[in-house]
Amino acid sequence: MTSTAPILADEPQDLEAPPPRRRPFVWSVIRGQPQATVGAVVLLAFVVVAVLAPVIAPYDPREKAGDVFEAPSSEHWLGLDDGGFDMLSLMIHGARVSLIVGFAAALVAMLVGGTVGLISGYFGGKTDITLMRLTDYFIVIPDIPLMLVVAAIWGRSLTNIILIIGLIYWTTTARVIRSQVLSVRERVYVQRTRALGAGHWRILSRHVLPQVAPLLVAITVLTVAVAIFAETAIAFLGLGDPTLISWGKLIENAFSRSAISVDAWWAIVPPGLAVVAVVLACTMIGRSLEDALNPRLRVGHLSVRRFRVREVEGKAL
Amino acid sequence: MILQVEDLHVWFDLERGGELHAVQGVTFELAPGERFGLVGESGCGKTTTILALMGLLPASASVSGRVVLDGENMLAQGERTVAPHRWRDVAMVFQGAMNAFNPVKRIGEQIAEPMELHGIAEGRAAHRRVAELLERVGIPAARADRFPHEFSGGMRQRAAIAMALACQPKVLLADEPTTALDVMVQAQILELLVALADDFGLALVLVTHDLPIVAQVCDRAAVMYAGEIVESGPVDALFHAPRHPYTRLLFAATPDLYGDAEVVSIPGAPPRLDRAIVGCPFRPRCDRAFGRCVDDRPALKPVAAEQAAACHLNDVPQEVPA
Amino acid sequence: MRGANGGPPLLEVEGLVTRYPVPRGVVAALARRPQRWVQAVAGVSFRLRRGELLALVGESGCGKTTTAQSVLRLVDSDAGSIRFDGTDITALGSRDLRGLRRRMQIIYQDPYESLDPRFRVRRTLVEPLEVHGIGSKEERRREAEEALRLTGLDPPELFLDRFPHELSGGQRQRVAIAASLVLHPDLLIADEPVSMLDVSVRAGILGILDDLRRRGLGILMITHDLSTAARYADRIAVMYLGRIVEDGPAHEIVTNPQHPYTQALLSVVPKRDPRQRQRPEILRGETPNPVDVPVGCRFHPRCPIAIPECQTIDPELRAPTDARPGHLAACIRT
Repeated sequence: MTSTAPILADEPQDLEAPPPRRRPFVWSVIRGQPQATVGAVVLLAFVVVAVLAPVIAPYDPREKAGDVFEAPSSEHWLGLDDGGFDMLSLMIHGARVSLIVGFAAALVAMLVGGTVGLISGYFGGKTDITLMRLTDYFIVIPDIPLMLVVAAIWGRSLTNIILIIGLIYWTTTARVIRSQVLSVRERVYVQRTRALGAGHWRILSRHVLPQVAPLLVAITVLTVAVAIFAETAIAFLGLGDPTLISWGKLIENAFSRSAISVDAWWAIVPPGLAVVAVVLACTMIGRSLEDALNPRLRVGHLSVRRFRVREVEGKAL
Repeated sequence: MILQVEDLHVWFDLERGGELHAVQGVTFELAPGERFGLVGESGCGKTTTILALMGLLPASASVSGRVVLDGENMLAQGERTVAPHRWRDVAMVFQGAMNAFNPVKRIGEQIAEPMELHGIAEGRAAHRRVAELLERVGIPAARADRFPHEFSGGMRQRAAIAMALACQPKVLLADEPTTALDVMVQAQILELLVALADDFGLALVLVTHDLPIVAQVCDRAAVMYAGEIVESGPVDALFHAPRHPYTRLLFAATPDLYGDAEVVSIPGAPPRLDRAIVGCPFRPRCDRAFGRCVDDRPALKPVAAEQAAACHLNDVPQEVPA
Repeated sequence: MRGANGGPPLLEVEGLVTRYPVPRGVVAALARRPQRWVQAVAGVSFRLRRGELLALVGESGCGKTTTAQSVLRLVDSDAGSIRFDGTDITALGSRDLRGLRRRMQIIYQDPYESLDPRFRVRRTLVEPLEVHGIGSKEERRREAEEALRLTGLDPPELFLDRFPHELSGGQRQRVAIAASLVLHPDLLIADEPVSMLDVSVRAGILGILDDLRRRGLGILMITHDLSTAARYADRIAVMYLGRIVEDGPAHEIVTNPQHPYTQALLSVVPKRDPRQRQRPEILRGETPNPVDVPVGCRFHPRCPIAIPECQTIDPELRAPTDARPGHLAACIRT
């Protein structure tokens, strides 16, 4: 009888020793990919700056400190902007809005897109077709005109901007997640759980979602990059909240006051660079996460290097 | 002998450092027209062995030993010395070959490709040879213009065999050619392979985990375990007079259609190949292990006419048979 | 020793039909071309008793997996009836089915995919009990341990905290079986339970199924391997193109096959003894597409003993003249 004799049948050789504690996945990704580390450090730096803005900004950004477009000096490292306010302080405070919008909008995109993708991919059939049609319509909507319309009708507030950006960019998330859900749904363990009578909610929340969560995080990080850029564009077009300082607004101010014609590079370049830096950082993190999650294409056979031949002592080849 | 493999070793570099010693000193030879079986379970190194015969190893691999084809050691300088023989003298039908076709190219084109690559035939001549080959493997020549998805699994496997024969090799390596096929189609494919081996004078190496196939199709076979050959000889001897416990147990673990014999399982698992193996690799699972087996690794030695085994039991007179 | 318990059959399937529509494009639909159907299961009837292991044998496309899914109500059938322990479950709604699902469990072919890679063994085993709201946390743990013991993973503590990737294929399959046992089912469907495992570990898994059979479970084993069926099954049912063409005690089927398809299959199975090399009866061609089922006897185009009548008559399963009781074949020439 199988139950009496304790057979440690067909076991891997060292099953007795518990395996070493596995490092959390994200940590091992970051360790393995230098670009992820660089990106994370840069992003973290900006976040810290944004959080500590009132503390570390050298001046009050709304307090006139000198002449319009005054050049950088030892007191004002990045000079003054079109209103005579300290550029550096403006930059630091601007980080807050840009990052808040970026993260919040990405969160909206993640929630909407993730839900649509999950439901569409899991239930399939008419639900899938309908949701995907909806997604298609959203993809087609041009972002700038939409922003113009929303700004005109509902006003230019921070919430509106976050919502618009989120509602434009959820579609990529939805499609990618749907794709993964479609394949997870077919996995045998999901079918098995269904066969034992589990309801959809349980399967979705315990089996499907955990499997797609890492990818969702990766996509969301990439969406942050896109959202920050979008906010910058919106503000640049003058559709942003006029009472808030953001990098896009700074560029817009400088632009509309002809900073270029007076060679006031310090009014335009720093915010632009900041946007580039954050977007790049997010992209680097997001891409490495994505890379780590997608099975690598096995292209070993295409490598130029070939197998090696070893000499064994005494043997003539 | 058309092919002689002498003390073949293959190591794979591991990502986390160290190496996997996948093939640990394999030696066997093949006569022209012979049907030779290479049997073993997953991880025993049989596929790696035949990939090494064609030099189809990745950059992370290193090899040592000799693979002598018609007197020339193909492994002497790695890729340079093995490439000229690839497909022309030694060809292979891969595991899952039926799924390895390019879906957007016609079957006829793909079978002609090796012919053109190796300068055997071109254009119309190649076209004609493809037609002949297809007929030979049981596919109507007219279907050369079809795409892979228009063929069934069995037909695609036949096409894969045709592709392997494109340059008229002397040795055909077949890696699990019938796994994933129904038993009836399997019988058709095996019948085909045997007929081709006879007609073309091909030496056939059949790699599989399925013992009964080897018992029915092959003249001689070698049983692999943990990267080495633990027993080799005529298939009749392997079944009726095995000289290694693993061979005996492997047959005993295979249910027979008519017999009433108890089907056994072998407890435990094969040893890890990323560490040096001390003593006999099969000892932890062996039902006849004794003192010497613990730290003395047995070598493959002749134990009867044409039969060799790597087991200390053969040295102990009263213990024979295993 | 091999007898089944008395009493009503655990599972009674009668005239089961399950078909899938062949997807047709918009153009075909607009042109009103007739919908074509894949006749996956085209009228299947059989019985399974408690303590009995029935092997459903056939080649790919014969409908054995779809039959199992239909029995479990994982797919909806189009005709016929399924009675489980006397209750007609053919048309039961999902609410009623939930209770039933406890008593019917399935084990899949691929041990590497059967377990959620993120769940430890403990969680996989306890989940079925959670789904059906059975037992307290302590009781569930005990059930899990008991199920592990039943499948030979003893002592259970060694395995409860493992992840699937820390286990071998054979061990994973045992965990999958244990996960189906925690609910104390009456019926177990095993879909190719060992075909993806090494030969040396197969007997261990099949031994567990054998043990469960002796404890009174009814087991429906789907396999393409006739040797395994011959050795472990009480009865064998051979399927071809959606129908059962022969049904009877395992020993009978193997030593006295009546249907030409069964005879051909048996002759073609390689024997492990090199001295047993009979001439295999290899059928020409391949199994036709289940969309284009031949008229008359579905096997007649490939049948070595077909006569003109076979092109018009679709034979029923009935007792051949030359067979023992309980042995049925669908061939007019028996």
